[in-house]
Amino acid sequence: MKTIYFNKFYKSFNILSGILIIASLVFLVFKGLNFGVDFKGGTLIELRTDKSSANITKIRDSFNQMNLGDVSVKNFGNETDFVVKFEKQNSNDPQFIEEIKTKLSNSIGTVDFRRVENVGPKVSAELLRSGVIAIALSLAAMLLYIWIRFEWQFSLGAILALFHDVIITLGVFSVFSLEINLSIVAAVLTIVGYSMNDTVVIFDRVRENLRKYADVKIFELTNISINETLSRTIITSVTTLLALLSIFIFGGEILKGFSLAMILGVIFGTYSSIYIANPVLVSLKVSQRTIVKEEKE
Amino acid sequence: MLYFSKLRVFSVLIFTLIISYFTISNFTKVDDEFFSKNIKLGLDLQGGSYLLLEIDNEPVITQRLQSKVLEFKKFFKDKDIKVRNFVIEDKSIIFDVENSKIEDVKSLLDDDKSEINPYFQQYKSHQFNFENMDTSFKLEFSDYGLVLLKNSSLDQAIEIVRRRVDEVGTNEPNILKRGNDRILVELPGLDDPGRIKSLLGKTANLTFQFISSSSEESFGTEKLSFEDGSSEAIVSKRIVLSGDNLMDAKPTMNNQTNETVVSFSLDRVGAKKFGKATSNGVGKRLAIVLDGKIISAPEVREPIIGGNGQISGNFTFQSATDLALLLRSGALPAPLNIIEERTVGPDLGKDSINAGIMSLIIGFILVVAFMFYKYRFFGLIANLALISNLFLLVGILTLFEATLTLPGIAGIILTVGMAVDANVLIFERIKEELKNENNSIVAFDSGYTKSRTTILDANITTLIAAVILFFMGSGPIKGFSITLGVGILTTLFSVYFIARLITAYYVIKNKHKERLI
Repeated sequence: MKTIYFNKFYKSFNILSGILIIASLVFLVFKGLNFGVDFKGGTLIELRTDKSSANITKIRDSFNQMNLGDVSVKNFGNETDFVVKFEKQNSNDPQFIEEIKTKLSNSIGTVDFRRVENVGPKVSAELLRSGVIAIALSLAAMLLYIWIRFEWQFSLGAILALFHDVIITLGVFSVFSLEINLSIVAAVLTIVGYSMNDTVVIFDRVRENLRKYADVKIFELTNISINETLSRTIITSVTTLLALLSIFIFGGEILKGFSLAMILGVIFGTYSSIYIANPVLVSLKVSQRTIVKEEKE
Repeated sequence: MLYFSKLRVFSVLIFTLIISYFTISNFTKVDDEFFSKNIKLGLDLQGGSYLLLEIDNEPVITQRLQSKVLEFKKFFKDKDIKVRNFVIEDKSIIFDVENSKIEDVKSLLDDDKSEINPYFQQYKSHQFNFENMDTSFKLEFSDYGLVLLKNSSLDQAIEIVRRRVDEVGTNEPNILKRGNDRILVELPGLDDPGRIKSLLGKTANLTFQFISSSSEESFGTEKLSFEDGSSEAIVSKRIVLSGDNLMDAKPTMNNQTNETVVSFSLDRVGAKKFGKATSNGVGKRLAIVLDGKIISAPEVREPIIGGNGQISGNFTFQSATDLALLLRSGALPAPLNIIEERTVGPDLGKDSINAGIMSLIIGFILVVAFMFYKYRFFGLIANLALISNLFLLVGILTLFEATLTLPGIAGIILTVGMAVDANVLIFERIKEELKNENNSIVAFDSGYTKSRTTILDANITTLIAAVILFFMGSGPIKGFSITLGVGILTTLFSVYFIARLITAYYVIKNKHKERLI
């Protein structure tokens, strides 16, 4: 196969990544994330109307009359399916949901509540905390693992690539106000695993090549390694993306956000293994001495 | 890496077949408990309600402190120590001691063997911590005492919750402790949890108290309002009888008034108490109080001696049934708050299953077609490994009766996409080896050997993510971590045993052919 000179573009893509990360951080800080009821507390109702005449405006109006705090209504897949979220949660009143249903039926006709989620403020704060801990813990565990398996220069490259993927994925969610719920946390953790997996495969090859070719500069060597593992990188990304696309298109509305986060993560993860992890090795001037020294110790 | 002993081939085959059997058992019916296992569906797939309840322990703490005050008073009186000004404030007991006895009280409170420290012998820890300022003492529950109190009220509450849920007769409810003040209730198949919620939301403390003749609230009486909010009444604080003495309760029809009532029967102690009280109280009104609200206050026309009685109070048949159920199952030690509720209707569950299976099939076909296109014959081997991987994964989930959730299905599909990675790594390595090596057996062998650490590294990273998710995640997300984690293990098995076995067989047979892969 023809060699592709990935290393020619290290600089320009690093600049691009830098811009993307800064932009993501700016969005995350100033716009923030659109937290779902899991993390913000409140009530979510997925409902199906029996007539197509019910539209978002009508539903929003009737919910607004019920004094439930901030109400948001979105179409959910089918024309007759909607998701309504509002601040108020009152699960201690057993009639709370029933009353809403009755009032709604009076104004827009028969409705079926397909899903109700009611999360109190204490629980949502705990869920948010354990989500953050889970992500932090997985990053730490990856760091530890790669520290044991590789030299520190490699660990640094892999971890930077991880942060890159997680920050940009969350940045995209912030820009488009996509909802962050429990399944997004699961997706982010899986992205962490996948991105690491991809980086490790290239790094294994870099290390092997460092032993094999004493006089090739790291700038060239990373390119050789990327090329040698390229067909694997492409095939695995394609099969994973095929599976994820299938979930995204056919898996129903509930899995949309989850599979979208994963798709983004796989794309950024593949890109960052090449354009973040490897340039780090180059700028840290990794050479045969780096790994030989380590092995002597 | 290409050599397999006969025994190994045999055991791989048997293992695969046995596990795969359990996959198939999901779709067949056999008359045996062990062989007819089915995968358990999570609430998001079969529909149902998930409720997280939290005990409000404050009333229990106050109650416990009140009875402790009585204990202390008696204890110090016996020891001839004057204590006064008992107050319960901010979850602690405060009292004063005469000047000369401060040191005595201190040492008594510290004494591991004294009667007021009954916990110490058993748990080697004090139930209370105390602070001393001049003549004033402040006692509050120690961390240990608090844990003990919470655990005992949680144990009681969970028992009552179980009885109430069982009485309603839902299908296979799941009731679990969470931490030391929470109860998780899972009710499969229930799409309207309204009734259960109203049953669990009531403490169901039933008391019978006489209505006082005076119209002003005084010491020994309290003002309570009627259930329907219509009026208030002054009620004596003395409890004639409480729900503890109830043996049975059921809704019945009163033939004379033609209204629905709850009739109850009392145990022997209760019947005696009730008989005595009603004999003395003929002509008075007896209030029936539930959770601090008066249900009704009928006049006692004659002594009730047999231990049977009726509660009236504008009941519908449904509300009488519910009250009877609450009385039969007993009172909760403390109020329960519902802090999280998730309900999925059976329709949505079915739709989710269909969507999940649809995307699994399509994802699977896409991946299999792509692998065949890229590797031809070896693609078929990888696909065979993929199929057995799926059978093993679902089989293991069934065997261990893991719960399958919607994200869990997504985990299976993701496994399909990522599982081929190991075989791709191996095949690509073999291709490279074949460039410099003419002997295909040697090339295949070193292809397997050289890719091994990479494959392990790559899979361990994903496994780490899955394990962390398993411990931190809840409900549906846990389901995802299980399928992802088990999926990695079955992937490694199917790649290293099944695919390698077929590859080895094929390569050894065709070692003289060129361009094997």
